[in-house]
Amino acid sequence: MSPAFYVLAPIMVIAALGILFVRKAVHAALLLAVVMISLAILYAVLEAPFLFAVQIIVYTGAILMLFLFVLMLVGVDASDSTVETIRGQRVLAVIAGLVLGVLLLLGLSQIALGTVVGLEEANSGGNIQGLANILFSRYVFAFEVTSALLITAAMGAMVLAHRERLTPKATQASLAAQRVRDYAEKGEHLGPLPAPGVFARHNAVDTPALLPDGTASALSVSRVLAARGTVRSAPALADDIEEVQRSLGGVPGGAGSAADTSAGSGHNTERGTGVPPSQVDDPSEEGDR
Amino acid sequence: MYLLSDAGHVPVVAPTGADGIYSLMWLVVALPLLGSAVLLLGGRFTDRWGHLLGTAMPIGSFVISLLMFVDLLGRDEADRQVGQHLYDWIDVGSLHIGMDLLYDPLSALFLLLITGVGSLIHVYSIGYMAHDPRRRRFFGYLNLFVAAMLMLILAENYLGLFLGWEGVGLASYLLIGFWQHKPSAAAAAKKAFVMNRVGDIGLALAIALMFVTFGTTSFSGVSALAGGASENTLTAIGLLLLLGACGKSAQVPLQAWLLDAMEGPTPVSALIHAATMVTAGVYLVVRSNFIFELAPHAQTVVVIVATVTLLWGAVLGCAKDDIKKVLAGSTMSQIGYMMLGAGLGTAGYAFAIFHLLTHGFFKANMFLGAGSVMHGMNDDVDMRRYGAVRHAMPVTFLTFAMGYLAIIGFPGFSGFWSKDKIIETALAENWLVGVLALLGAGVTGFYMTRLMLLTFFTEKRWKDDVHPHESPGVMTFPLIVLAALSVLSGVLLLGDWIVDWLSPVVGHAEHHEPPIPALAVTGLAVLVVAVGVAIAWFLVGKREVALTPPEDVSFVTRAARRDLYGDDINDTLVVRPGGALTRALVRLDSSGVDGVMAGGPAQVAGIAGFLRRAQNGFVRTYALSLLGGVLLVVLALLAVNLT
Amino acid sequence: MDDVTPYIILSSILFTIGCVGVLTRRNAIVVFMCVELMLNACNLALVAFAKQHGNLDGQVAAFFVMVVAAAEVVVGLAIIMTIFRTRRSASVDDASLLKY
Repeated sequence: MSPAFYVLAPIMVIAALGILFVRKAVHAALLLAVVMISLAILYAVLEAPFLFAVQIIVYTGAILMLFLFVLMLVGVDASDSTVETIRGQRVLAVIAGLVLGVLLLLGLSQIALGTVVGLEEANSGGNIQGLANILFSRYVFAFEVTSALLITAAMGAMVLAHRERLTPKATQASLAAQRVRDYAEKGEHLGPLPAPGVFARHNAVDTPALLPDGTASALSVSRVLAARGTVRSAPALADDIEEVQRSLGGVPGGAGSAADTSAGSGHNTERGTGVPPSQVDDPSEEGDR
Repeated sequence: MYLLSDAGHVPVVAPTGADGIYSLMWLVVALPLLGSAVLLLGGRFTDRWGHLLGTAMPIGSFVISLLMFVDLLGRDEADRQVGQHLYDWIDVGSLHIGMDLLYDPLSALFLLLITGVGSLIHVYSIGYMAHDPRRRRFFGYLNLFVAAMLMLILAENYLGLFLGWEGVGLASYLLIGFWQHKPSAAAAAKKAFVMNRVGDIGLALAIALMFVTFGTTSFSGVSALAGGASENTLTAIGLLLLLGACGKSAQVPLQAWLLDAMEGPTPVSALIHAATMVTAGVYLVVRSNFIFELAPHAQTVVVIVATVTLLWGAVLGCAKDDIKKVLAGSTMSQIGYMMLGAGLGTAGYAFAIFHLLTHGFFKANMFLGAGSVMHGMNDDVDMRRYGAVRHAMPVTFLTFAMGYLAIIGFPGFSGFWSKDKIIETALAENWLVGVLALLGAGVTGFYMTRLMLLTFFTEKRWKDDVHPHESPGVMTFPLIVLAALSVLSGVLLLGDWIVDWLSPVVGHAEHHEPPIPALAVTGLAVLVVAVGVAIAWFLVGKREVALTPPEDVSFVTRAARRDLYGDDINDTLVVRPGGALTRALVRLDSSGVDGVMAGGPAQVAGIAGFLRRAQNGFVRTYALSLLGGVLLVVLALLAVNLT
Repeated sequence: MDDVTPYIILSSILFTIGCVGVLTRRNAIVVFMCVELMLNACNLALVAFAKQHGNLDGQVAAFFVMVVAAAEVVVGLAIIMTIFRTRRSASVDDASLLKY
């Protein structure tokens, strides 16, 4: 028994249990990545170098990244509430899980595995060559069926993700007219959204722009950042700025005016650096904007 | 023939084929049936001429009956039974029943009575119902009634008879409840129907027993085979037939419906009481003579029932103030006489039929007369508010008087001959029964005289806004005809004609010498009746008549006013126990049977309701049950592995 | 040559955790991750058994499981996205109309 197992096994169990308890899906995905990479190492220990590579590349690299992509599309701020809505579900699930675990272990205790043969002989010609020999001889039919399965899955994913356009594509002119109409009817802000405050020291998309009266403009920061709670308060930043100015040794107003101009330019050139709410909800509309 | 000689004096019905005029026999039934079908199905289109069609149909039947009768008169005595096979009615397994008709001396007389009196009542109804908006429907029902009765009379087997029997029950229900807007009429119709059903059960069982015993229900078959059956079986059949007859003929204990049946229009009362319904029971007993002759015990019961009924009806007649109810009580009493005659056996059958005929005439006469009086008195039926009507309605009075003299048995009138013969025969058979019959005659004299006095004599007691007037000719004509028949129909007894005429059907009686000479019996009867009349004269005619019935009367009078507690007896003996039983059964049914029946589904529903919660649509719940299944499988695998 | 039993035990534990995760989490994507966890646990067992028996069939099976998992994830995530698009929710509890 290699020491790697004893190091990795507790990590994997803890990470797996973490998946059960973390509230945010992103954290769950990262914990899953921990489990998977650990698994890959265990594969290597178990004399399966090919699967080690595949686990890293396909699972951790592709599948898990796919999860993260979808999470991003769905909204990273989407988090579960911890309140169970179905009565008794959680208790029953835990009990059933425990029983299952006990039963599995009980079953394991009933069998005698005997001496481990080891893969030295099978891997003598190289692990990948050995796998290829089996794959393209004994399992060639299953392999071909797998290709059909993958093609089908790709087709299915495309069909599911595809959305038929039911209305004509809005032109620039009609969008502008719509915006004016919205302003007339609902009083929506006609111009672009305010850009977040941009300070020299930060790539400060998490800092709201200040309105002329000195209050922060909620519109200027991304909704996602607001949901994460990582928006910084403008007055605190102002203190930072003054501190910076003091440390720089008194260039009065210089940084402040620079910030103002850059903010102003950002205001004019780009409408809403922060992701508009609709874009967070519905990524497919991104092309329309 | 061997059976015949073995059975002694039971005549066998053996009809010959129908030809000549007899081939029209089926029309006798078919014509009124067609009439009722046209009137009832034709709806309002027939309103204008419906009553004329309805009257023409029974008259047509009467003409055919008369022609057949005349033809039958010319035949030999042995050749007087004519059968007509119309079609195979029921042909299942060993049950072969044809729609057969039988025309013999007995049915010949009945046909004449029914179609004749029935036609007169139809004519009368044209006038009586002239102002009723539903007259056409009334005639449709009347035709149905006549058709059913004719079917009853003409059928050659008991099942055909039963068909007519039930038809009569239906038609009587429709007619008694004709003014169904009156709750009392609706209740009376229901009462008549239900009580008739009780009797019908008896008849149905009797027919079933006959089929089981003899394998046939035709008169010819049963009469030929009756001698071979055990006496107990025959007694049972006889008693069941009697039950049926009691229901139809309003004999004790099924008498209670008759008085209530007066709720129907007066022509209906006349039709029920004179020509059709109530005579059906007498007809049934006489027709089944081949059974009763071989079942003496059943015959004894018939006599007992008849004697009780004739006194019961007479007592009721004494106490009622409603003119129609008095007549109804007298009908019950007179039917009792007929049943008595029928129960006396071969010696009495002919006289029972004879009295039935004469009664048919004079009772129809009196009922129609009473209807005429009511017609003139604004449909008031209380005799205490009549009085001295004879001046206003001379024709009605005179014809009614003929009926009155006939029913009390005034010498020379028809009732005298017929009733006297029955009393005479009864005395010869059993002195107690005879004396009771004699007593009944006296009571009859009393209550009929009371009715006469209250209605036509004594001082006028009607109010000023009542203007008695003679009825139109269409109503008085039938009265006159019937009055003539009431007086004259005694001629049928001339030279014992009717006894000879009926002998092929009911057999010849060897003549018993009565304990006292016939002439003495006659004299005695006249004397008893005279006493009854005299009592009535002194009690009613000589006194002031109160407008409301006096309250301080004897127990007997109170009892008689309440129909001798007939309804109370039924109520106590049948209705209340029946109601209690029904309620108990309902409880048992709803709690026990329904409980068991509904319990299972309720359990299933409960389980389903419980399981339904598992189907909550949440995929995680389904996944949980999936895991449960996995656990079971793993457990099973482990269990297999461990063992 | 060391024993593979600890690997199997680890595999069982991971599988059980995956199971409970599927049953308790409501975010469809996390539920999916738990399914992946269960698949991976199986893979571990397969690889361990391959070593136990000294042939590569177990590894081939694990390889196939990965392929199938990839296909499943693609389609599954597409479905989740479609549902999210129409219902504005990735909770598995919200898609409960099948009971009607």
